[in-house]
Amino acid sequence: METLPTIWFIAIAVLWTGYLFLEGFDLGVGMLMKLFARNDTERRVLLNTIGPVWDGNEVWLLTAAGATFAAFPLWYASLFSALYLPLLLVLVALIFRAVAFEYRGKVDSERWRTRWDWAIALGSFFAAFGVGAALALTTTGLPLDANGDRDGGPFAWFNGYAVLGGFAVVLFALVHALAFLALKSDGEVRHRARRAFVRWVPFAVLPMLAWSVAVQLQAGKPWTWALAAVAVLAAAAAWRLASIGGEGRPFMALAVFIAASAASIFGAAYPVVLPSTIDPAFNLTVANASSSDYTLGLMSIVAAFGLPLVIAYQAWTYWVFRRRVSVDHIPAAHGFLPAIASKVLAGGAGDGAAHGKAGH
Amino acid sequence: MDALEIARWQFGITTVYHFMMVPLTIGLGLVVAIIQTLWYRTGKPEYLRMTKFWGKLFLINFIMGVATGIVQEFQFGMAWSEYSRFVGDVFGAPLALEALLAFFVESTFLGLWIFGWKQLKRGVHLACLWIAVIGSLFSAYFIIVANSWMQHPVGVEMIDGRPVMTDAWAVFTNNTALVAVPHTLFGALGVAGAFLLGIAWYHLWRRRHDGIDTVGADGRIIPGEAPAVPGRDKADYTVWMRSLRIGAVVAMISFGGTALTGDLQGKLMFEQQPMKMAAAEAACHDGTGFSVLSVGNLGGKNCDDIVAVIEVPGILSYLAKGDFITEVKGVNSLLSEYQEKYGTHLPDNPLYGDRAGKEIQYVPVMEVTYWGFRMMIGFGGIAAFAALLALWVTRKGVLPQSRWLMRLAVFGILAPFGANSAGWIFTEMGRQPFVVAPNPDPSGIDQVFMFTAAAVSPGVSAAELLTSLVVLTAIYAVLLVVEVRLLVKYVRGGVASAMPELAHAAKDSRSKDDGGTPPSAGSGDDVLAFAY
Ligand code: HDD
Ligand code: HEM
Ligand code: HEM
Repeated sequence: METLPTIWFIAIAVLWTGYLFLEGFDLGVGMLMKLFARNDTERRVLLNTIGPVWDGNEVWLLTAAGATFAAFPLWYASLFSALYLPLLLVLVALIFRAVAFEYRGKVDSERWRTRWDWAIALGSFFAAFGVGAALALTTTGLPLDANGDRDGGPFAWFNGYAVLGGFAVVLFALVHALAFLALKSDGEVRHRARRAFVRWVPFAVLPMLAWSVAVQLQAGKPWTWALAAVAVLAAAAAWRLASIGGEGRPFMALAVFIAASAASIFGAAYPVVLPSTIDPAFNLTVANASSSDYTLGLMSIVAAFGLPLVIAYQAWTYWVFRRRVSVDHIPAAHGFLPAIASKVLAGGAGDGAAHGKAGH
Repeated sequence: MDALEIARWQFGITTVYHFMMVPLTIGLGLVVAIIQTLWYRTGKPEYLRMTKFWGKLFLINFIMGVATGIVQEFQFGMAWSEYSRFVGDVFGAPLALEALLAFFVESTFLGLWIFGWKQLKRGVHLACLWIAVIGSLFSAYFIIVANSWMQHPVGVEMIDGRPVMTDAWAVFTNNTALVAVPHTLFGALGVAGAFLLGIAWYHLWRRRHDGIDTVGADGRIIPGEAPAVPGRDKADYTVWMRSLRIGAVVAMISFGGTALTGDLQGKLMFEQQPMKMAAAEAACHDGTGFSVLSVGNLGGKNCDDIVAVIEVPGILSYLAKGDFITEVKGVNSLLSEYQEKYGTHLPDNPLYGDRAGKEIQYVPVMEVTYWGFRMMIGFGGIAAFAALLALWVTRKGVLPQSRWLMRLAVFGILAPFGANSAGWIFTEMGRQPFVVAPNPDPSGIDQVFMFTAAAVSPGVSAAELLTSLVVLTAIYAVLLVVEVRLLVKYVRGGVASAMPELAHAAKDSRSKDDGGTPPSAGSGDDVLAFAY
């Protein structure tokens, strides 16, 4: 039994689950900017529900990647290099998304905002899709040679599982975001989100379940089958609880769903971290891809203190910003002119000069 | 170009770019935290205005650091998989710890700071900024620990052809890192200092140019106000003058700090990477002196046609050893030492691809190391000198009305950026041809090294790398334009661009014409002050 590598495999699975759970809803809210919000004020409601937290959520991805590097360098190296182009797409998506959140409101112009809204929506979509595809492939396999390098061209990774995993995360993110909005917003947005959630949740969970079943068929164990069953029940519960008007409970049920799905998938894949579709002898496993026990031990000590601390202060953040956001809270957008006396005076001292559409 | 070449360009471009945002984040973050602390302590409105204004610019820049940092995190695995496999056991840990212990702190507490102006008590709100800033210092520490291990591997043993960490303490207290961290932090302060100085200069100049401020008979400034312009009241003058002074002092502290710590780095470099030291000086023969200017073919295969035009004896020896008599070894004699120790040709190993068996170039590109070193010091020095002049010139609160000087102050913002980039380019390219430079310490782990030629991902094609190089460079270029334009827009808007309530005040006063209302600490009771 490889104790420390196994612990780190679990830790990384937890980090990915944390990522899917937390960034799940903010990726979803990003996509809903174009799919759900009806006007600019609603879009700003959506943005402000995730405003204080999205960056912190994204760090779960960085930590998952960093922990994979530290604990399983061979896994990190093979997975990231084999998926070169899809990960490039994820990076581009994340770059635009991050910049768009911050810059969207900085110029008071319709065109400016529309562009960044697209960046948020598409960025969220491709990030979710790419992460889902990468996770699906690390559980179902890539054409890796003896050194762990991809055999075949830049698209040798492409297969049905990649698409399945991509949609699994995209659709999960969408309904998760609806549940989140029902919880975090008020008024019109809240009620529409709740209704949409009830309508879509039965479909949206299907690809995730299909992915789980695919991995179970490959290498399932009784307890991972049981977890897959828990995921099904949790999805059903989320749907039922929302139908009878709940908001907090469906959200929690969805949390159980994603945790059970991820556990069933990673658990079934264990001890293989990245199967080779060329030859099972080339599989990367918990045993042959990990760092030394010394490194893992060091990291364990730090993580044992660090991770609970992170969870504690992130939870505090959610508590500080627990108030629902609604259309009434959104202040008017404002433009401004350069603080130059000659221009303002020459431009006439009307209200428009200081407060109008100056941001072009 | 082959895959290796492209991967190197990509790493260089993306990292230098990331490191344009990072020093501003670190330096400005620290300055804003100090200013907000002053506001907390004194309650003076000008400190609130400064916090809001500089805080806004800080955030516009911060987000670019975040966006480009993610690329860095992924890039090791994507483009440098062999490198990642080789060093993962040691190098991964500081990266993972950076994310776990620093990035979480930074992003979470910055979120609290941005959105928490109304929700949090003043003290808690201020604490959030400090925690985020301290997080960014930790992130600098961890990333430099990782980088320093590449410059000077310690705390490992070779097991099955890979370095395995045996002494974490040694890795995390690597002397290379312990001097590089303060050096980098002082470098970051320089960026913030020049930024404050240049922008404050612009606004003070603008105020005089617009006839708002006038000079009294005693040669002192008489701040005035322009009720029609949002935020241009008397307090506005104090905001800019105080910002200018803080910026100038910070820039001077920065240069002093970089000089002191840089001196220590030079001494370590002499021990740890003698070839880099020699290349920094274009010192071909043993005992060459420090040259302020060398001409000739620095990039040539041999050293024969390099002529030191202005040579100062003793300085190089001082940089390297702290005395004036040590003979610093030149490139020529180091070359044969390196060839003897690490071979003349790359091994015949499939990892090297078609680079296997090629001759190893132990001498880094000397134009880059020589001029990189001088640009780092030169740009830093220029900024510090300019800061000193600015303090002197404005001692009575009056700024010269020269438009030309104002432009110089604004363009001067770029100098510390240049110093930082030059320093890193020198450090990283001076390390070539190694990606992990051998540690020549006689006590033992000299065999832990890796040639850059072996580090690139073997399974990734040149076409893929070229795609990402083009895509990332193009995106970065566009975003740089967007960022700079936004910064310029917010700078020109003055404090009112970060405090819309000042614009309201101006509007009210214009309609009532009562000479302006005092600035209020905030307006309205929306939950979303300072939000998206
Ligand atoms: C404003 C920025 C700035 C300024 C004014 C200076 N430096 Fe610097 N220097 C850096 C910014 C920097 C840097 C970008 O931050 C580097 C790159 C790697 C590092 O650790 O710091 C650096 C690296 C660096 C190195 C290379 C270390 C290595 O390769 O391991 C040396 C020897 C010095 N510096 C020495 C100096 C000296 C003697 C200075 C005299 C004033 C000086 N620096 C000013
Ligand atoms: C922890 C921090 C850093 C690490 C781990 C790191 C690592 C690397 C690696 C792996 C390469 C590619 C191999 C090579 O060509 O040498 C490289 C090259 C390079 N890095 Fe760094 N780097 C770090 C920080 C920086 C910073 C902050 C800068 C500049 C702002 C920088 C500038 C460069 C440049 C210019 C190259 C290209 C060198 C060449 O092609 O010869 N690096 N670095
Ligand atoms: C080449 C190696 C590097 C990697 C892998 C890397 C990684 C990252 C990542 C992933 C982020 C985003 C964090 C977030 O989402 O909040 C980031 C931001 C940051 N990085 Fe880097 N970085 C590198 C080089 C450097 C260097 C050399 C320094 C410091 C001296 C540095 C300091 C920072 C800081 C302070 C931030 C946060 C502030 C900001 O986003 O602007 N990084 N980096």
